[in-house]
Amino acid sequence: MADPVVTSHHGLASRVAPDAAPVTITIDGVPVEAAAGEFLIAAAERAGTFIPRFCYHPRMKPVGMCRMCLVEVSTPRGATLQPACYMAVAEGMEVVTTSEKVRKAQDGVLELLLVNHPLDCPVCDKGGECPLQDQVLAYGPGESRFLEEKRHWAKPIPISELVLLDRERCIQCGRCVRFAAEIAGEAQIDFLGRGDQTEVNIFEGASFSSVFSGNTVQICPVGALTATPYRFSARPWDLDQVESTCTTCALGCRVAVQSSANRATRMLGVDSDPVNQSWLCDKGRFGYESLNSGDRLVAPLRRRTPGGELEPVSWSEALSAVADRLGAIRGASGGSALAVLGGARLSNEDAYAWARLAKAVLGTDSVDAQLGDGLPAEVVLGLPRATVDEACAAPVVLLLSGDLREELPVLFLRLRGALEEGGTRLVELSSRATSLTPLAAASLAYRPGEAAATVAALAAGKGGPEGIDPAAWTAALSALEGAGPDGAGMVVVLGRPSLSEDGALVAEAAAAMASAWPGARFLPALRRGNVMGALDMGLAPGILPGRVSLAEGRAWFEEAWGPLPADRGRDCAGILRGAVEGSVEAIVLLGADPLGDFPDRALADEALEKVGFVVAVDAFLSPSAARADVVLPAAVHHERAGTTTNIEGRISRTAQKLVGPGQAWPDWMIASELAARLGTELPAGSVAELWDEIERLAPSHAGITRAALEAPGARDGIVAPLPASPVSLSRRGGPARIDPVATPGIESVERQGAPPRAGLAERSGVADDPAATTAGSVGRPRPLGWPQSVDPPHVGPLDNYSLRLVSGRHLYDEGVLLEVCPSLGALADRATARANPYDLDRLGLTTGGHVKVRSARGSLVLETVADAGVPRGVVTIGFNLGVAGEAGGTGGAAALIGAGEAVVDVRLESLSGRTTVPRTPAPKPTPTPAEEEGA
Amino acid sequence: MSHLSAETLGRARDLVALYPHRRSALIPLCHLAQEQDGWLRPEAMEEIAGLVGVTPAEVLGTASFYDMLHTEPVGTYVVAVCTNIACMLRGAYELLEHAEDHLGVRAGQTTADGVFTLEDAECLADCGRAPCLQVNHRFFGDVTPEGFETLVADLRRGALDGEVPHHGTLLRVRRTGGLQVEPSRVEAERAASAGAAAGRANQGGKG
Repeated sequence: MADPVVTSHHGLASRVAPDAAPVTITIDGVPVEAAAGEFLIAAAERAGTFIPRFCYHPRMKPVGMCRMCLVEVSTPRGATLQPACYMAVAEGMEVVTTSEKVRKAQDGVLELLLVNHPLDCPVCDKGGECPLQDQVLAYGPGESRFLEEKRHWAKPIPISELVLLDRERCIQCGRCVRFAAEIAGEAQIDFLGRGDQTEVNIFEGASFSSVFSGNTVQICPVGALTATPYRFSARPWDLDQVESTCTTCALGCRVAVQSSANRATRMLGVDSDPVNQSWLCDKGRFGYESLNSGDRLVAPLRRRTPGGELEPVSWSEALSAVADRLGAIRGASGGSALAVLGGARLSNEDAYAWARLAKAVLGTDSVDAQLGDGLPAEVVLGLPRATVDEACAAPVVLLLSGDLREELPVLFLRLRGALEEGGTRLVELSSRATSLTPLAAASLAYRPGEAAATVAALAAGKGGPEGIDPAAWTAALSALEGAGPDGAGMVVVLGRPSLSEDGALVAEAAAAMASAWPGARFLPALRRGNVMGALDMGLAPGILPGRVSLAEGRAWFEEAWGPLPADRGRDCAGILRGAVEGSVEAIVLLGADPLGDFPDRALADEALEKVGFVVAVDAFLSPSAARADVVLPAAVHHERAGTTTNIEGRISRTAQKLVGPGQAWPDWMIASELAARLGTELPAGSVAELWDEIERLAPSHAGITRAALEAPGARDGIVAPLPASPVSLSRRGGPARIDPVATPGIESVERQGAPPRAGLAERSGVADDPAATTAGSVGRPRPLGWPQSVDPPHVGPLDNYSLRLVSGRHLYDEGVLLEVCPSLGALADRATARANPYDLDRLGLTTGGHVKVRSARGSLVLETVADAGVPRGVVTIGFNLGVAGEAGGTGGAAALIGAGEAVVDVRLESLSGRTTVPRTPAPKPTPTPAEEEGA
Repeated sequence: MSHLSAETLGRARDLVALYPHRRSALIPLCHLAQEQDGWLRPEAMEEIAGLVGVTPAEVLGTASFYDMLHTEPVGTYVVAVCTNIACMLRGAYELLEHAEDHLGVRAGQTTADGVFTLEDAECLADCGRAPCLQVNHRFFGDVTPEGFETLVADLRRGALDGEVPHHGTLLRVRRTGGLQVEPSRVEAERAASAGAAAGRANQGGKG
């Protein structure tokens, strides 16, 4: 057991001994109230006394390394110098921060820190926002007695594609080292050497490949770590910033978007306590390069003749062409011949406008934002929802999703933090080892198709199914006891574990969980940008805005919108199949690229080939957009204001910082113009009016007014729906100002002109009694609840010659985003076929050799990798990845997955074309403990 | 493909099993790898990282901190000449200079034939016999320039083989009993120590 002071995570009041009585200390003669166990440096900061510091970071454990925060603290032996970052407050403590003794200590520390620092500020990226520069100006002796030669290193050296290291500037505060080990859990960067030869560096020949590497650049208090994409591109005083929300994945990290002369220059993580706690993943941090890309669409494009080239046209020509054709199809074949795919790129307001256009004007319910890698919308919207904080505080987290580090990286960080802290136990249901497996109390390796049966057996508390390690099973049962009999102590993180496992099978497992543990809450782990907002706004078949079903909400919305489609529409796979069969005659792609993104590439290809008319609303000419008849350029996040909704249902504002390139329009405006040309004016004429309409009509959003969203207390967003009783949005003791050393880049830019950051929180509005706010004759519909009926597809048995395919998303894949970001492009992973060494051996295959992987749908030549983390009977192939080696090609598993199949079984064939014959018969499923360990 | 030999790997696994936390075996494993290769090769560090559950960067960070672990190739004999004050007063600088001339390398370098690596060292704690030096951590005191030449010649012709093993060799006489502990005993001791730690924690002490 360790000393509680040392194990406290950081000085934030909200994290320290919440039930302990506050203590009173004296700082420079002024009495200050502080939470028991809080660190002195944090207590002083809240009271308005800034103590200089370098190594301390509010989100990491203190180490007391730099000695800059020495203050005088009274002790029984008299006042002594103590590091304020390491000292927990105690009742009656007397602290002096401005005495001669303290000043002398600060002078000494700064003089020593500068002994080897090159003071090359004029050519340093950090100049102007550098905690060392600022604190040398504010404290310290002003001159140095050091005349000798400073130490020299090669500078700068690239330690990854994204990060450069300049060891001369390093002051060895250890922030990067601690972040990598403590927060990210990948100690790829460490202190090397000793004494005056100490340096920070990576292992020779390795790369700082962590997907969180950019955070070390953000928290480096000097210019030792700089980011390739930002390097030499701006000075902080040339930058302007707004606070916004990242929409790279669906977690919705708060970011500061910084720009100069309408070019996005940098993204920094804002410390939003309930969401990202100041961290970002590298894809979110550096993805801003896409905004500046020369490949952006800047004008509408149209094929004037069938089969002709796409050529730039005016907006009015493009819109009329789209409206005429869609209107003609609607007239001839009815609205059900039209379909809208995508929408997760849109803001909530955009999504609402498009949902209204599709359902009330085009007359089709065949609208789907999830593009085949999500879960049935009724399940996602109907299950009782948990927040990230609730998941991190729950005694038990049950995980059924893909690898979170690849899909929702900062959610991985949050859960990892909770598991490390020890209060939460993780039971993982996964068909392969994931990034969280090493921290799981139990990792149950089920085979795709068997999730629901595994959940049922878990709930029954009896022996585990064949194929699951009995020790893991016992551990899982024991961990689940912590959730209580009805599961009230459990949060289920529910995503799509594999693209080659039908979403309905996951829904079936979710249904089994919800009935076994009625008290459990669910955190959807869907990954697409604003997919939750799109679902909330009705961009899903059978769903209307506000999480209501088409049937339940029909009367209410018909009163406001006009007639709605009679029947439930098709989902993404259904739309594509309809296009192939001819029943869908036109498809609108809303920032969707089914060719790169839909699990069944052959189906997407055939659908785009056969469908009569394709409209692409996009920012880039993606492979799918390139095949459209009309392409409409759209403005993207940070180029238009609006709101976005994350996996928790947290609605936060995204701000406009840039003007979109060329003639790019916001999506809602495109919807509005198309509606007008189709003969129906949409009433809302601005983003604000759209939100007002959403608030009025969408039942789950009632009470979340614009005023509430814009209130200072709502900067972390508002989780929908509002609870029935009033709620305070503030968090206790939140920082009133930004810690200038924790997030130097944000504070300095803010100080130099951007609007002041919001202060403490206020109370939000509360949803009124539904009946009372009903404007017309119809009552407000009820949001979807649970249970929903789930109709799982049949899963056949795995034959002896086949392996069951697991295909997960990778953060760095071949999506359009990586392609248009120069710094990220080189990071894309390559597809390989990973299988258990037992299976490879059984099939007579060698690691590193190439095999033909054949499914009922297609085949692919891949390199094999033996991976003990893959259970027996399973092969994993990443999705949307390039294929290394001579075979070449793109898409990874997209060539193998058939949209209609519940699971995908594949055979591995030697390249001569023969099916390899198993040397031993049945695939014995239980892995040995040694294999599990990954030896 | 394992870089460590089967024998080294076996001993490494025994060592890892001895500690409550795998990473505690990090330094012993570095010594083992150094015994095999004479220095710590990157491949060995990567393998050690896997064995003790840390990253290669952490292995390098630890290894580069300690003088007795070499992350670059060294000779069969590592000659460390003390230049701290007692030895300095007794002619250590002259001795080191002579050693450099005699071996044809500067301090920190290895002879072309890969036999000798010369280092200058801080106090080796043999001040009574200053100037002193160590060859593969074996002491030689009252070393004169002529004595140094004799020492080098003796080492080259193998006259001191019984006294000075090749660099990296852990013990002249292999320990045979220490590492072969019954797994049950390890488990029992771990349980006992965990119990004791919990007891200390309950008393509010620092564990």
